[in-house]
Amino acid sequence: MWKSITGRITLIAVLTAVSIIVLLPSLTDRLPAWWKDSMPKINLGLDLQGGVFLRLQVEIDKAIENTTMRYADDARAVCREKALPVLAFQKVGDDGFSLRFPPGDFATRAQATLKEEFPSLDVSLGEVKADGATVIARMKPAEIQAIRTNAVVQGVETIRNRIDQFGVREPQIIAEGDDRIVVQLPGVKDQQRAIELVGKTALLEFKLVDEGASVDEALKGNIPEDDQLLYQKSTDPQSGRVTKTPMVVKKRALLTGDTIKTAKVNFGNQGGGAHVSLSFDTRGAKVFDRVTAENVKRRLAIVLDDTIYSAPVIQERISGGEAQITGNFTPEEASDLAIVLRAGSLPAPVKVIQNVSIGPSLGLDSIQKGVRAALIGALLVVVFMAFYYRFAGMVADFALVFNILFLLSGMAAFSATLTLPGIAGIILAIGMAVDSNVLIFERIREEIRAKKSVRAAIDAGYDKAFWTVVDSHVTTLITALILFQFGTGPIKGFAVTLSMGVAINLFTALVCTKVVFDYLNAKKPMQALSI
Amino acid sequence: MIELVKNTKIDFMGLKKYAFSFSAMLVILGIVGTVQIYRGKANLGIDLAGGTEIQVKFQKPFAMDRIRALLAKAGHGDATLQQVSGENILFLKLRALGKQDEKMVADPVVTLLRQSLPDNPFVVESVSEIGPAIGHKLRKDAELAMLVSALAIILYLAWRFEFKFGVAAAIATFHDIFSIVGIFWVLGIEMDLLFITALLTIGGYSLTDTVVVFDRIRENIRLRKKVTFSETINLSVNEVLSRTIVTSMTVFIAVVTLLVFGGLVLHNFALALAMGIVVGTYSSVFVASPVVAIWRGEKMTEVKR
Repeated sequence: MWKSITGRITLIAVLTAVSIIVLLPSLTDRLPAWWKDSMPKINLGLDLQGGVFLRLQVEIDKAIENTTMRYADDARAVCREKALPVLAFQKVGDDGFSLRFPPGDFATRAQATLKEEFPSLDVSLGEVKADGATVIARMKPAEIQAIRTNAVVQGVETIRNRIDQFGVREPQIIAEGDDRIVVQLPGVKDQQRAIELVGKTALLEFKLVDEGASVDEALKGNIPEDDQLLYQKSTDPQSGRVTKTPMVVKKRALLTGDTIKTAKVNFGNQGGGAHVSLSFDTRGAKVFDRVTAENVKRRLAIVLDDTIYSAPVIQERISGGEAQITGNFTPEEASDLAIVLRAGSLPAPVKVIQNVSIGPSLGLDSIQKGVRAALIGALLVVVFMAFYYRFAGMVADFALVFNILFLLSGMAAFSATLTLPGIAGIILAIGMAVDSNVLIFERIREEIRAKKSVRAAIDAGYDKAFWTVVDSHVTTLITALILFQFGTGPIKGFAVTLSMGVAINLFTALVCTKVVFDYLNAKKPMQALSI
Repeated sequence: MIELVKNTKIDFMGLKKYAFSFSAMLVILGIVGTVQIYRGKANLGIDLAGGTEIQVKFQKPFAMDRIRALLAKAGHGDATLQQVSGENILFLKLRALGKQDEKMVADPVVTLLRQSLPDNPFVVESVSEIGPAIGHKLRKDAELAMLVSALAIILYLAWRFEFKFGVAAAIATFHDIFSIVGIFWVLGIEMDLLFITALLTIGGYSLTDTVVVFDRIRENIRLRKKVTFSETINLSVNEVLSRTIVTSMTVFIAVVTLLVFGGLVLHNFALALAMGIVVGTYSSVFVASPVVAIWRGEKMTEVKR
């Protein structure tokens, strides 16, 4: 097949036809659906189509600490119920706490009670002194491991739920390593909103307001042991000014957001803006019913991520399992709040450690600049070759067209991602593509100067330059492949186009050009070659 | 036949004294630059050092002084501002302070600008924030990539050529990379991940010319065209001079197009590539071959493989 001219021409023709069929859907929308939809397409990177790339650090230690603190609060509540007086409380590392009891059998009784109530804690007796004894509780290693794994796996799941409800085409949310999550949202326009939606912990808690405690004292730092100081933030819709009202609430949450069945946006009939209606599952409804019954006329603070949204007075027992969060929301804010409440809270808080947001207009601008640079670059190279090597140069240009066509269709076939550096890679590949032909043509010139016949010179030129061409390709390929391995996002795009371009060039520069010369030489050997 | 260079008989080996001094200067510059990078005294991009970059497009022309003052008041006195004239585009670069739990600042800065300049609305075209931890990771990845490619190239050359040729080619490649680092450092041009990408690409591409010359030297030794090794090198370099120049020129044309028309994101990348092509072509003639000659001596033993 390599010897036969018709064989090679057929091969090139078939490849060209296939390439055009594969590539066209990536270039134009005006194609029949059966064609358009059955072909893989070139993806545009975030830098070209706009969008958000986020790398999140999952703060697992904080999740462990939070869980421990929740256990500690619960443990103290249990002790209070069982009339076991806790003299002092202390944190022990991130995953444990100790409680001190007065002398007597209080500590031993507490140990037994806590052991029974909290199977995921290791409860042991600490030192016994004259003035009392301590009980030390630590989370079991299995429990810590579960939090660790869950923090990332559940985090990915939750973020995916939120994004799906927000509505992003083809989002990518993946865990990276042990404690990171990478979120890619192509085409997102409202980027700040998307980032907030992803990064919000969204831990919803219902806590009683401690009317007995003084806010002024709390602001000075004198907070009762079971209480905490939180702020209610409210934004004035006219001026945009944010006011913060301090409030002292009970530390212990009576109910949390994990019992929410649905959350949806409603608009009040008094024109007071949007609010979010919640309905609880059976368990949540039962708890809510009990809590409201026990605390009529007291204020219940609705707390999201340690910020109070509202703190209404409980007018009467609420049995239907429904609640409302009000707070001067804009429709977008209310909708996002409903989304995070439906999707649930993140098991551990996350911190954005990398954020790359590209606006759609910049992406479009980059495409236009990149494509223009590529066209001008290709044109200049083509003109240079035709000028310097005349007819042979035009043959090389002819091969260059195939090189670019095969490269683009190859990218489509693999659904490769085209980035701005990727376009740079194409331009560079164009410049390098004709190098192979330069090496061959210079060799042919030498052979012609050595008084060989045109046909023999061409054959010798291709023959002798072959290994030099291969060498020059391999060295470029090595670095391109390493860039592919280590590079991220846009740089990977560069490695893809450059390596594919250079690899394909081996075929186009050697086969596509040689077949032209062979064809011309087939009937009657050429007497002269314009090179 | 158009020929850029024709039947040259330049005594390249005779020029090696000057070439070596020039190259030594470039390489020393590069080594100093590299040391400065590690000491944190170079203009590193935020993807390597951590930090925040914001690009906004205003509706009307704006005063840089005003914005600089606003940022300084908000505690960002070290911000680097850059303006694209005619397009009302502003680039802001804020350095990370190096603390692990550094807060992301893009949002507050954008809000600050929006509130302080109510009569000149703008669109945020891009935001890029990289925490120090990620900057550190990306830097480590880049170092590893450079190390692995250096090894891979040396291995390939050792397999394709005699050992001394392989080492000489590798020396020429490192010469190119250090030269570009040195020039960028002296000129204070920002070095980011794309710059590293350019360095690696140069590393791969500059070998092309070296390989072309070496192939010819190997051939000419076999053909016994000259008596001494130095003469063989001179002959070989002169023989392939036109293709060395033409191959570099086609790539140079492509890269300069990128430099001129590719926009700001690719500007420094294309600049590094363009410099790399020039230095790489120079080194394949003036560095790689003389190193082989000095090491190998004048014996005309055949090149293995």
